[in-house]
This record gives sequence, C-alpha cells and structure tokens, in this order.
Amino acid sequence: MDVAKELLGGNMLAGGRAIRWLDDRDPRGAEVLASVFPHTGRAHIIGITGPPGAGKSTLANAMISQLRSRGRRVGVVAIDPSSPFSGGAILGDRVRMARHTLDADVFIRSIGTRGQAGGLSRSAHDACLILDAMGFDVILVETVGVGQDEIDIVALAHTTVIVGLPGLGDEVQAIKAGLMEVGDVFVINKADREGYEATRQQFELMLHLRAEGRQDSSLHWSPPVLRAVALNDEGIAEIIDATEAHAQFLRDNGEFERLSGQRERAQTLGLMGEALLQLALEKTDPDVLAAVEAREIDPYAAARLLLRSL
Amino acid sequence: MPQGTERPLRVLLAKLGMDTHTVGITVIAHALREAGMEVIFTGLKQTPAMVATAAIQEDVDVVGVSSLSAGHTRSLPTLARLLREAGAGDKLLLVGGVIPEEDQPLLQEAGVDKIFTMGADTRDIITYLNEWRAAQQAGHS
Repeated sequence: MDVAKELLGGNMLAGGRAIRWLDDRDPRGAEVLASVFPHTGRAHIIGITGPPGAGKSTLANAMISQLRSRGRRVGVVAIDPSSPFSGGAILGDRVRMARHTLDADVFIRSIGTRGQAGGLSRSAHDACLILDAMGFDVILVETVGVGQDEIDIVALAHTTVIVGLPGLGDEVQAIKAGLMEVGDVFVINKADREGYEATRQQFELMLHLRAEGRQDSSLHWSPPVLRAVALNDEGIAEIIDATEAHAQFLRDNGEFERLSGQRERAQTLGLMGEALLQLALEKTDPDVLAAVEAREIDPYAAARLLLRSL
Repeated sequence: MPQGTERPLRVLLAKLGMDTHTVGITVIAHALREAGMEVIFTGLKQTPAMVATAAIQEDVDVVGVSSLSAGHTRSLPTLARLLREAGAGDKLLLVGGVIPEEDQPLLQEAGVDKIFTMGADTRDIITYLNEWRAAQQAGHS
C-alpha cells in the first residue's frame, strides 16, 4: 500500500497507519509527511480544552453532529494522558463519540501524551496534518483535562474553545490564570446546573479585563461566552456559529495563514530541539554527570562544561 | 522517555452487542496500561462494523473482544471478516470471557487468534501479547 497516495484519496487504513508511524517516530512517518505536506494547510483546527470533568468529549461529540449537519467532514484527535511510569495509557474519549463511528466523513483518533506536558501529545500536530491531507474540513483536538497553564493547544489550533462548568468558584480560579487569556470561544457546559449565572458573570468580567488590557491590539475579536448542555445537544449550533465566525475573522485578517505558518515554524524548532538534545546526550561525558551526582560540581558549571565539549 | 515505551503496543478493547458486563474488560485495560500498552475503549453495544472501523482509525495491533453473554459465535466471525476485507486482517484478534468449549473450533476457524476463558490471569494475557509482538518483530527484521 502506498500510504501517502492512499491517504490523500481518503483511505482510512492509510491515514490510521500514517498517524501511527508518526506517533511511534517510525522513519516511514516522516517520508509520508514529506509527500502529503503540500496538501495541508486547509483545515480549520479547533482546540477543545478545559479542566477535567468539564465534558470535553461530550461537547466534541455534539459538535461533530452539528458540523456534519452543515456538511463538514470532521477529523478528531482525542488526547488522554500516558502513564509516566509504564508509558501505557487508557484512551477512552471515543466512547462518547461512538455514534459517529460508522460515518465515513468522520475520523476519530485517540492519542496518548507519551511524555509530553502541556495538555497535548507530541504527535498531535502530526495527526492534524494527516487528517488535513485526508481532506477533513474541520479538525477537533480535544486536550487532556488541563489546569492553569497547559495551553499548548493555542499554538496548534486556529480557534481555541475553553470549556468550563458552573457551580464551583474554585473552578473559575483554576482556569483563570492561563486559559482565560487564550480562549477564542468560551463555553459553560452543564449549564442546567446550579451556579450557571454566577459563573457566566465571572467569565464575562475576566474577559472584560482581558479586553481592556489589550486595547492597543488592531485585531479585535470579542470571545463570546456561550451556554451549553452538550449531553442534550443544547447550545451547540451557537458554538459552531462562533467557531465558524472566528475562522472567518481570521481569514479576513490574513491571520488564518499566519497562524498555520507559525505552527509549522514552531514544530520545526521543536523537532530541532529534540534532535539536538539527542545528539548532545550521545556525546555527553558520563563522568561529568557522575560528578554532579556526587555533588563535586554544580549543575550550571557541569552544563557549561558539557556544552563546551560538544 | 524510556526506550521501551517508544512504540507501545496499541490494543482496542470492545464489547459487542447487548453484553454490558464491564468488570473484566476494565481490569484488563488497567493491567495492560500498567504493562506499558495503549488501550483504546470503544464503549458498549458495539456492532462488528463499529469495532472494525475503530480498529482501523486507531491503527491498533490487537483487537480484544470481551464476551460474557451469548452472541460471539455470530459477531466474532463477522468482525474477523470485516477486518480482513478492509485490509486489516493482520491485527491480532482475541476474545475473552465465557466461551463454551464447543464454540472454540468455530471461532478459531473464523479467524480468532486466541481465546482466553474465565479465570485467565491478566499476566498470561500480557505474556501472550509480549511474545506475539516479539515474534512479529523477529519476522519483520
């Protein structure tokens, strides 16, 4: 099977295999990517992030339905944490999206973080490129449940949807630090629960403060705060209206391409950093590290010493 | 990242039909995770077509079906056939649970690679998977 050619034609088996190779750092993955890269850059990448239990998978499921009703072909990259000890993972996000399994215009892929911090997997970017090359119009990237500063999704997605839920004052505390600064669309899910109104007000207040702090910005997008009960498909059309309006806003301002370009640039630098570190580790004198462990030399001096010998 | 976890084995765990007994499959999922494997859940009430599609999208090495109620003599051969027809016949197909002895030849003939009956130790399953993978890798190099 010519994996690159087949996946460009939309072949699921080939697409699944290409993502596997890239996730495994199998050299065949890079070869496939080289062939399909010219066919990427078209898909609208939407990140879905928020604290654990906010209902990200259920929301993604409802968003798939809404996007399909508008004729969009949808790829999904669902990320769950890998064990830092065993490297294993339980990837259960697709359970909530099972009703889309047999839709040939939906492709769902579960990925473990495999040692990557920041809420994404090291291969989330690659998976998006493959789905993009396969012709999916929209790619939903569901992050692991995040805390305050796990906002790597912003560098990957054109549009970032922050999912919160009502009730806990602490919950807003938890997301305000990092997440409130980066969201393009805010969703308060499970909005039929008590405390919705208070949470909405807190969101609005923080977004107001954020807007005031950025008055010099020539580009202005006001992030909406939307109400949803994803389990009942409530409020989902409004969310897709907002993500589509945001994509249009980006395109009108030339930002869509700029963000895509920035993403590839960051990925390049990341890969370079990874390769450089590998190279450096291969040439590292173990005696110097042993000296640090024995507290004979401090880490700063040891790092300088090791770098000089490269 | 440790070398051994660079390319974890990917295993899809599924339940077919109306069988809703999830204790066994949950225990196995956790055991496989501890053994360094990536376990993908599909949820309950899956059809063979859904499991085959998920296995292809996830590009798993192994498809494990838990069966604790009747129906496996029809659904498993269908699943095996769908995987073969989609070009994914190389995936290891396992079944575990309540599988009467008289059903086993039929399942094996239909393409089920290994049957784990009630009382199977999770360690046996892990050993089996690791040995299978080692044999695969030896065959490819």
